[in-house]
Amino acid sequence: MQVGKEKLLWMYEKMVEIRHYEETMAAVYMEGKLPPAIQKGLAFDIGAGPVPGEMHLAAGQEPVAVGICAHLTNDDTVVGTHRPHHFAIAKGVPLDPMTAEMFGKVTGLGKGKGGHMHLFDNAHKFSCSGIIGASMPIACGAALAAKKLGKNWVAIAFFGEGAANQGSFHESMNLAAMWKLPVIFVCEDNQWAISVPKSKATSIEWVADRAAGYGIPGIRVPENDALQVYEAVAPAIARARRGEGPSLIEIKTDRYFGHFQGDPETYRPKDEVAQLRESDPIPRLAKMLKEKNMLSDIEAADIAVTVHQRVKNAFDFARHSAYPNAHDALNDVFVEDSKNARALV
Amino acid sequence: MKNNRILTMAQAISEGIAQEMTRDSNVFVMGEDIGSYGGIFGATGGLLEKFGKERIMDTPISETAFIGAATGAAAAGFRPIVELMFVDFFGVCMDQIYNHLAKNTYMSGGHIKLPVVLTTAIGGGYSDAAQHSQCLYGTFAHMPGIKVVVPSNAYDAKGLMIQAIRDDNPVMFMYHKGIMGLPWMAFLEGSSNAVPEESYCIPFGVANVVKEGSDVTIVTISQMVQKAVLAADELAKQSIHAEVLDLRTLVPLDVAAILKSVRKTGRLLIADEDYLGFGLSGEIAAIIAENLDSVQLKAPVKRLAVPNVPIPYSRPLEQFAIPQVQNIVLAVQELLVKKPALQAVA
Repeated sequence: MQVGKEKLLWMYEKMVEIRHYEETMAAVYMEGKLPPAIQKGLAFDIGAGPVPGEMHLAAGQEPVAVGICAHLTNDDTVVGTHRPHHFAIAKGVPLDPMTAEMFGKVTGLGKGKGGHMHLFDNAHKFSCSGIIGASMPIACGAALAAKKLGKNWVAIAFFGEGAANQGSFHESMNLAAMWKLPVIFVCEDNQWAISVPKSKATSIEWVADRAAGYGIPGIRVPENDALQVYEAVAPAIARARRGEGPSLIEIKTDRYFGHFQGDPETYRPKDEVAQLRESDPIPRLAKMLKEKNMLSDIEAADIAVTVHQRVKNAFDFARHSAYPNAHDALNDVFVEDSKNARALV
Repeated sequence: MKNNRILTMAQAISEGIAQEMTRDSNVFVMGEDIGSYGGIFGATGGLLEKFGKERIMDTPISETAFIGAATGAAAAGFRPIVELMFVDFFGVCMDQIYNHLAKNTYMSGGHIKLPVVLTTAIGGGYSDAAQHSQCLYGTFAHMPGIKVVVPSNAYDAKGLMIQAIRDDNPVMFMYHKGIMGLPWMAFLEGSSNAVPEESYCIPFGVANVVKEGSDVTIVTISQMVQKAVLAADELAKQSIHAEVLDLRTLVPLDVAAILKSVRKTGRLLIADEDYLGFGLSGEIAAIIAENLDSVQLKAPVKRLAVPNVPIPYSRPLEQFAIPQVQNIVLAVQELLVKKPALQAVA
C-alpha cells in the first residue's frame, strides 16, 4: 500500500502533538496534589489542583488513534474511551475547549460538566465515555444514522482489550453484523485492564479472532506502529464505506503511564515501561520518514516547536478561562426547548 | 370533537407513533418483537405494514446494543423510539440508559440533544411474578436526565406520546399492561376512551383532575388512576367526595396541582403501584411536608403502595401486595375519621 507523504507527516505531527499533550498534562495534573499543599497525612490528593479527578493518559498509544483517524473525514464519527485524549486530538477536536473542560472551566467542551472522560464535540463528531465497553453500542447508532441517511460515513468504536469481555462487545458486534452497519470496532490492546493483564482475563490471545463468531473480518495488528495500523485498517474502512458491514481490528499497543496518574503500578514489572519505550512509535516513524527523505531534522524541529506552542496555548487558555457560576450546576439536565415543542425544519 | 372513537391505550399509542412517523422521517422504532408481532403489548401494532422494516426494526435480544444505538442515532439527528419490553429488564441495559442516554446532554453542557423515546411495559396484577410485574417509574424519576411519562388512558397516551416524540430530550414512556386493552389480559375499562383522529399534544408536567371532589385528594398515576376512579365512585355513594389527580408525568412533576388540590381538601392519599420505600409516595408526602405553612391538613398523609417485597406470584399474595380498589376506599374512609395532623397547643 502506497501511503502519501502528506498522510505520513500528518500522522507524525499528530503523534508528536498527542505525546506532548499527555506529558504536559501529566505534569500539570500533579500541581497542588502533593504535600505540603494538601491535607496532612495524605501522600496525594486526587481532588486537588487545577485539574482534579481521575486522569488517564494515552502516551504510547498514539499509533492507534492516528492510524485510524488518518482515514476519517469530519463526517465520520469516533466514540472513544475513558482514556480519550489521543482519539480526540486525532479526530480534530480543538485543544483549547478540550483542555478547558479538563480544568473544569466554562469555556470547556461541556462547560465544565464532563471532565476528561466525558468529552463531547458535535462539530467533530467525537464523544467518549468513562464506562468500559460503552463506546460500541453508541458507535453502532452513529453508523445506523449514516446508513439511514444513505451516506458512506463510518463510525469508529474504540475500546480496550478489557472491554472485549463486556456484554456490550458481544451485543454490538452481533447487531452490527446483522444490520451491516458501517462501524469499525477497534480494540486497543495495551495488555493491562488497570492491574489485570490480558493473559489473566481474556480466554484467547487475539480478541480479533472473536470476529469469526460474528461472521465479520477480524484484523490483527501485531505492532504499535502508525503505518501498520493505517494500512491494516484500510480494507475495513473501505468495506464499511461500501456498505458491507463492520470489522473488528485489534492493535497491540503500549501504555507508558499508569492506569491513572498517581497509580503506584505495583502490579507491573519495574522495567516494563523502559523496555516498551525502546520501541517508541514516534522516533520509529521519524526514522522511516527521514530515510525516505520526507522529513528533515529541521522540519522535525519545526513540527516540535509548532506543536509545543499549540499545546501551550491550550493550557494557557484553560488556565485563564473562568470557572462556571456555581448555580450553572442546575442547568443542562435537559436541553432547552420551547415548552417541549419542536418546530420541524 | 367530531371523532369520538373509543380506542384502547395500545391503539392510541401506535396511532400517535404512526402520525409522528408520517410527519417526521427522522422518527423510527427499534425493539424486540415490535415488527410483525406489533409489540408484545400492542404499542407498535400495524406500524410495520405502514412504514416497512427500515423504520420498524426488530432487534436481537440485545438491549444494551440497541438502546445505546438509539443514543448514537439521536446524537446524529434521528428521533428513535426504542422499546424495552418490560421495565423489569432494565438491569441488562441500565448503563446505556442511565450513564449515557440520561447523562450525555448534561455532561456535554447541553450541546448534545438526545430525542429518544424509551417505551416500556410496567405493572402487575396478572400473576407474572417478581421479574415481570414492577412499575419502577420511581426509580427512573429518581435519577436526573430522563423525563418520565406514565399515562392512565388512551386519550392521554396518544397526546403524551406525540409530545414525547417531539421533545428534544430522552423520555421514558411507561405503559401499564393492565390498561392497554389487550385481548388477552383483563384490563380496567376506563382506560379505553374517546381519542380524536387528528394529532394533538398533551404537555408534560400538567396533572389532570380526573374527578373533582372536596373531601380528600387521591394523587395517583397509571393504572392506579382507574382504580382510584372506581374507588371514588363507590365513596360517592357514601357521600364522600374524593378528588382524583392523575399526575400523568413524574418528570416534570406538577407540584402546583398537588398543592392546589390538597389545600382544597385538606386530606391526601397517595395511591401508587410502585414500591413504598423511597419512591413516588414518599416524594409527594415530602412536598406536602415542605409546604405545611400553606397547607392545612385535616388528617395525616396516607400512602398506599406495594410494601417493600418483590411482587409475588400466587394470586392472593399478589392481590394483597398491589393496592386494590377496596384498599383505596378503606384508606379514604380512615382518612376521614382521623384527627388533624397538627393541633394547636392548648
